[in-house]
Amino acid sequence: LTGASLVAAARVDTGDTAWMLIATALVLMMTPALGLFYAGLVRSKNTLNTFMMSVGAIAVATVSWALVGYSLAFDEGNGFVGGFGHAFLQGVTFEPRPGTTIPHLLFFAFQATFCIITTALVSGAVVERMRFGAFLVFSALWSVLVYAVLAHWAFGGGWLQAGGTLDFAGGIPVEMGSGFSAFAAALVVRHRKDYGRQALLPHNSMYVLLGAGLLWFGWFGFNGGSGFSTGKPSVLAFTNTLLTPACTLLVWFILDLSRDRHVTAIGAATAIVVGCVGITPAGGFISPGWAMLLGALAALPSYAFILWRPRTRLDETLDVLAAHGLAGLTGILFIGFFAEKSWNGVADGLLYGNPAQLADQALAVLAAPAYAFVATYLILRLIGLIMPLRATERDEGLGMDVTQHGEEAYASGEGAILVVPESGVEEALTVAER
Amino acid sequence: VKLVIGVVRPDKANDVLEALYRADVRGLSLSRVQGHGGELDRVETYRGTTVQMGLAEKVRFEMAVSEPFVQPTIDALREGAQTGEVGDGKIFVVPLEQVVRIRSGETDIGAVTPVQSS
Repeated sequence: LTGASLVAAARVDTGDTAWMLIATALVLMMTPALGLFYAGLVRSKNTLNTFMMSVGAIAVATVSWALVGYSLAFDEGNGFVGGFGHAFLQGVTFEPRPGTTIPHLLFFAFQATFCIITTALVSGAVVERMRFGAFLVFSALWSVLVYAVLAHWAFGGGWLQAGGTLDFAGGIPVEMGSGFSAFAAALVVRHRKDYGRQALLPHNSMYVLLGAGLLWFGWFGFNGGSGFSTGKPSVLAFTNTLLTPACTLLVWFILDLSRDRHVTAIGAATAIVVGCVGITPAGGFISPGWAMLLGALAALPSYAFILWRPRTRLDETLDVLAAHGLAGLTGILFIGFFAEKSWNGVADGLLYGNPAQLADQALAVLAAPAYAFVATYLILRLIGLIMPLRATERDEGLGMDVTQHGEEAYASGEGAILVVPESGVEEALTVAER
Repeated sequence: VKLVIGVVRPDKANDVLEALYRADVRGLSLSRVQGHGGELDRVETYRGTTVQMGLAEKVRFEMAVSEPFVQPTIDALREGAQTGEVGDGKIFVVPLEQVVRIRSGETDIGAVTPVQSS
């Protein structure tokens, strides 16, 4: 929405800046929340490694974003990718970012948190088996070559935005970007050794629920901040972020009940995420009423896919494609039908006499997943030529916490012998390395 | 009647269960234990504290079986639990004084023969 917004005078607004400072912190919190959500869904021996992939994304994607990612996404360039004008944060100062009333520096930080969480999201496809070092390398390349490019298309003046495609808070780069990249990552890294042979169950449902709750909380900054102001689009997106996931939850309850006569907790946590994802692209463009319908509808494809996927050989472990890719796709298309100029001041959808909007949205649904899938596939194949992507079967069996990090999430301390510094460390380390 | 005890890697427990099932060994107990059997110690570091983890997580199977089932049980344990690396575990076979089925009072072979579902 950046270029299109009408700003009378290029000056920083204190109220807008205050809100965007808070929103930025809220979105950053979503990444540890995602770590918690993901860590609860894996087996206990992989708890730390799973969480650390999110922490790793904070480390790597923040730096890559500051060095080149932000520039490639938000500097003027061509329709496909931005230029290097803002590389190394050149020209990113206290002056307002053109098209907004907040300091450019804050705009950069807010967008950085999006790149971070999207990179972390992809880890859901490869947990419990991908080597930590390989994931860090992947994060560096993916955040620049996939996320920044898609962000340019949708937000930075790229061809989709210029062509009229609407995406309020990241249905294109964040949700479809992560979901379809996760699909490719699962294909390249391949399934866990026990997948399809053993029941691989979530080890802590409370982490999953707490993580989902914190994600929802953070999502108010994610969607509510994507208007870069305290104006009407932000308020609309903020309130829709309450309404949509609540409706997704209710529909998910009904689907769960009709299938199994139980409303499941992990299903509910999933529904919260699916609802938040669904409203992400549409938040500032559709009325609260339609946002509630979107919540109900978004549940259906994701629910069906989550039931079907484990019956296949595709070990897209934490269902990023279902929860983010499909729900984001639903939200992007929904705008094409139900966008309402009287609410968003920008464009109408098919229902309000503008079928062209649906065509613009459909274009994004075809292009963004295709780019994310192909680019991610190639990046991982390339990394795979240089280093192993997976832990050995032995390490995977022992658990990624011990083998990748030399720690346990639930260390009891029983039988632990203190290695006295100076005397013992060297010998002990040699033993461990074998 | 013998008591067969197998101490195996936790991530092999499911494979052992499958192998036992195929060998028609249906009565068993399973517990999580910690132990040390000569494998190399793991080193873990928590901030400035480095520790050598002397005990490894293991799963302990216990099965009371009649004589003809002793060897198949041992074979199933080995088949399911073996990786070829140090730390695969041990199997102990010990004689049993007496076995009593609490529900019926049957003893010994009668007590360790699975109830035929009909």
